[in-house]
Amino acid sequence: MSLTYVLESVLALLVLGAAAWTIAARSAFAAAVGFVSYGLLLSLMWVQLAAVDVALTEAAIGGGLTGVLLLGAVATLRGTEARTSRRPASMLRLLAAACCALVSVALAAVVLTLPEAGPTLAPHAMAALPATGVGNPVTGVLMAFRGFDTLLEKVVLVVALVGVWSLAPDRYWGGHPGLEHRLPADGVLPFFARMLPPLGVLLGIHLMWTGADNPGGAFQGGTVLAAMWLVVMMAGVRDAPAIREQWVRLALVSGPVVFVAVGLAGMLTAGAFLAYPVAIAKPLILLIEVPMLLTIALALGLLVTGPPERPADPS
Amino acid sequence: MSALLDLFTIVALVLGALFFLAGVVGLLRFPDTLSRLHALTKADNVGLGLIVIGLLPQAGSVFAALKLLLVWLLVLLAASTVGQMMARVARRAGPRR
Repeated sequence: MSLTYVLESVLALLVLGAAAWTIAARSAFAAAVGFVSYGLLLSLMWVQLAAVDVALTEAAIGGGLTGVLLLGAVATLRGTEARTSRRPASMLRLLAAACCALVSVALAAVVLTLPEAGPTLAPHAMAALPATGVGNPVTGVLMAFRGFDTLLEKVVLVVALVGVWSLAPDRYWGGHPGLEHRLPADGVLPFFARMLPPLGVLLGIHLMWTGADNPGGAFQGGTVLAAMWLVVMMAGVRDAPAIREQWVRLALVSGPVVFVAVGLAGMLTAGAFLAYPVAIAKPLILLIEVPMLLTIALALGLLVTGPPERPADPS
Repeated sequence: MSALLDLFTIVALVLGALFFLAGVVGLLRFPDTLSRLHALTKADNVGLGLIVIGLLPQAGSVFAALKLLLVWLLVLLAASTVGQMMARVARRAGPRR
């Protein structure tokens, strides 16, 4: 018991240290690296709190994918950073510090005055869980009780990707996203990109499949698949697809489309949008999750790859 | 028998922790990037390997033991790849420090 306490205290101090480093670091690259370590430490904290679903998401999104996005932004902004790193006026910095301190104090006050047992819907969710046919309450909430939120989340992902694509110059519209990665085929990274993905793809599908009864789900699985795809693209083993390809667009919208179709069918068979007939609730949830896995993997991978930067047909 | 296995676990874990300690000391004290990388990869490969071997008798089932070995293999693959890539960048950047 006391050993756990020591471990948790050390972990909490490390998280605080990583957070402080991320804020205090002068160079954007150091801050991005600090943010990645912060995300990984935070996911250990979630494991310690027995919230494995949250830990998986934090490690995949907070530590992994956001980290790659931030590092990409740092690389893009490297040229401009030197010009803008002049220290702002001391009055401005004082004002910023005061505002940040105010937010922190307000947050701390709210957290400290929370009632001992917070208001929760968890008992209701657990009581109604058998009707969904899944055993993991997190998946039950995401796919059945709050299915609408999850649907909108997927739509937001696709819309965000359209936003990134719209940054493309006209001459590259419909072309290949990102720069072309040309590496010697016998190099270290291409070797890595051939060794890891078979196992990673298996793990991603397993995470989605096991999410019905254990920690996991389409989002975590999709993130792992996206990471495998990114390794393959960055190593130059396979080029990123041109975004005007029909299969890319079909696969991207397949998740939300199937979700909406099942939701509309629910109006006829179960009396409400996104309601599932109890007898086939679990097969329906799986039917939604498989295309969703595809949408998430593609959207996250292409979000990181960025807007098109090369024409569709290399002449 | 179980006491013997526990002893094996303790010895292997302590050795593994020592390798990690040596790796960190090397990372902090070695003079140039390539030597630091060398110290770090030893900690990853041998230190984690000893810890995994030490945990094998405690795994409870063959399947759990195989999972532990898989974790080690994956870390070996990732660490050696990243180590090579960092060394390549360091060599291209020249002996700055």
